[in-house]
Amino acid sequence: MRNLLPVLTVVAAIFVIWYAGAVGLNAAWAKDKAERAGVTLTFKELVADTWSQDKPKLPAPHQVGAEIWKTTGAMVAKGRAFSKRSLIYHSWVTFSSTALGFVLGTALGTLLAIGIVYNRTMDMSVMPWVIASQTIPILAIAPMIIVVLNAVGISGLLPKAMISMYLSFFPVVVGMVKGLRSPSRMQLDQMRTWYASPAQTFWRLRLPSSMPYLFTSLKIAMAASLVGAIVGELPTGAVAGLGARLLAGSYYGQTIQIWSALIMAAALAAVLVGLIGLLQRITLKRMGMA
Amino acid sequence: MGWLAAGLAAWAIGWWINTQLAQRPKTRATGLAVPVLFGVTLIVMWECVVHGLKISPVLLPPPSMIAKTFAASTTILWGDFVQTAIKGALTGYVIGCGAAFLMAIAVDRFPFLKRGLLPVGNFAAALPIIGMAPIMVMWFDFGWESKAAVVVVMVFFPMLVNTVQGLEDTDAMQRDLMRTYAAGYWKTLLKLRLPAAMPFIFNGLKIATTLALIGAIIAEFFGSPIKGMGFRISTSVGQLALDLVWAEIVVAAIAGSAFYGAVALLEKAMTFWHPSQRARL
Repeated sequence: MRNLLPVLTVVAAIFVIWYAGAVGLNAAWAKDKAERAGVTLTFKELVADTWSQDKPKLPAPHQVGAEIWKTTGAMVAKGRAFSKRSLIYHSWVTFSSTALGFVLGTALGTLLAIGIVYNRTMDMSVMPWVIASQTIPILAIAPMIIVVLNAVGISGLLPKAMISMYLSFFPVVVGMVKGLRSPSRMQLDQMRTWYASPAQTFWRLRLPSSMPYLFTSLKIAMAASLVGAIVGELPTGAVAGLGARLLAGSYYGQTIQIWSALIMAAALAAVLVGLIGLLQRITLKRMGMA
Repeated sequence: MGWLAAGLAAWAIGWWINTQLAQRPKTRATGLAVPVLFGVTLIVMWECVVHGLKISPVLLPPPSMIAKTFAASTTILWGDFVQTAIKGALTGYVIGCGAAFLMAIAVDRFPFLKRGLLPVGNFAAALPIIGMAPIMVMWFDFGWESKAAVVVVMVFFPMLVNTVQGLEDTDAMQRDLMRTYAAGYWKTLLKLRLPAAMPFIFNGLKIATTLALIGAIIAEFFGSPIKGMGFRISTSVGQLALDLVWAEIVVAAIAGSAFYGAVALLEKAMTFWHPSQRARL
């Protein structure tokens, strides 16, 4: 709570800059309009106009807020929470592929990490490629994966989830390898003196001690997974999802729509990462690690 | 059938050699040979499986075909590389990292600002900033400037957070020592705190390399002139010219690895004193 005041100050500063930026960026269009109408704007009128344009270069925060309310809260009030015009529906689409990709990526990452920790050949041959795979801009493949999987008859959730999976497995592999190797020589020797089988060593020592590492990587993986889902929605031709909203908005110059989708994506990221943080705190507390 | 058998054989031989190599004590040579062999085996298997199962090249072109396309269209690929990687990604990278670095030093002087900005920056680093791409394309038009702008926004927060954290990485004893030397703020910054922050700064720089290339490519999906890696990928996918897409991905992979490698080399040269670097000598 010590940080509350400074954080609020920074957030307030961001809003001030945002409003000022809206005036600066939208002023040209407002002046242009006024000139054609043959009137001169006072400063007050200019500011009012820049904050209420239909297709502003930079919509003011309250415009974005109103749009978000119109497409979420107001839709719920009308009982059409899952209509195609509702952001809740689009967020749900994005969330479902994010979640599926995240689960798949975590599973793949954990399996790879176990293989790498227990098998020297795999450690030496796979690990360098896992790291190298991240210096490659993987997201560039996204449109191709979507189209190819569509061609073989797999469409809908899975192709997008595959991209999310590809982005999210990496942090999990790296974190889990570190975590599974975190027990010290002494602890491993202790397990041996107890005549513990390899399986027992894994379940009772290695896995529990990897938990703090796992949760840290899960947070990164979740954020990456969301980015993957959003990018995966771009080449599907703007059907559904937050990425599709971004694309549609940019085709038709609907800046307010772009910003509202962006804010929704940010909120989704915050909620998902926050959930993992919560899970982390509860789990680690029960395990006596935090 | 012959192709499939060859693929299986390649897998078996590759696996066997790698197991043999991995059993030996680890040296530089085996450390390099094992992953290379693994990669080569994968490519050979890919080639064999595509031919063996008669997968249409429209779905998954074999590596040999990709290599042919790569060799045949070097001029196109080079043009795209310059447009996206050099003009878009590199410009944005330099501006973004530079701005974040200066901002971090400015913020560092005011503890109040730092305590406020760090959580916000950490939060922003987890956001899907890539979504800013359509907005930047709208503001800065279709040219490489908009791609650079996306890259600036993407690399800014990871770099800022890392630099701020790095600048805190000195303990009270070290700072007191500087004070006994009568070193002022700037001298302490230059002689103690910046060098101490170097590992963190390089960590930020390394994360930013991949983000920069991704940002520049994705931004081209939202509008671009008729060249650029993202443009080529999205249009070639539309034409089902997947061999060209794969060639473009090879370029992206080489560019990404080279970019990362360059920063890593620079890190090695500049932070040779740090334990994480010394250990490898």
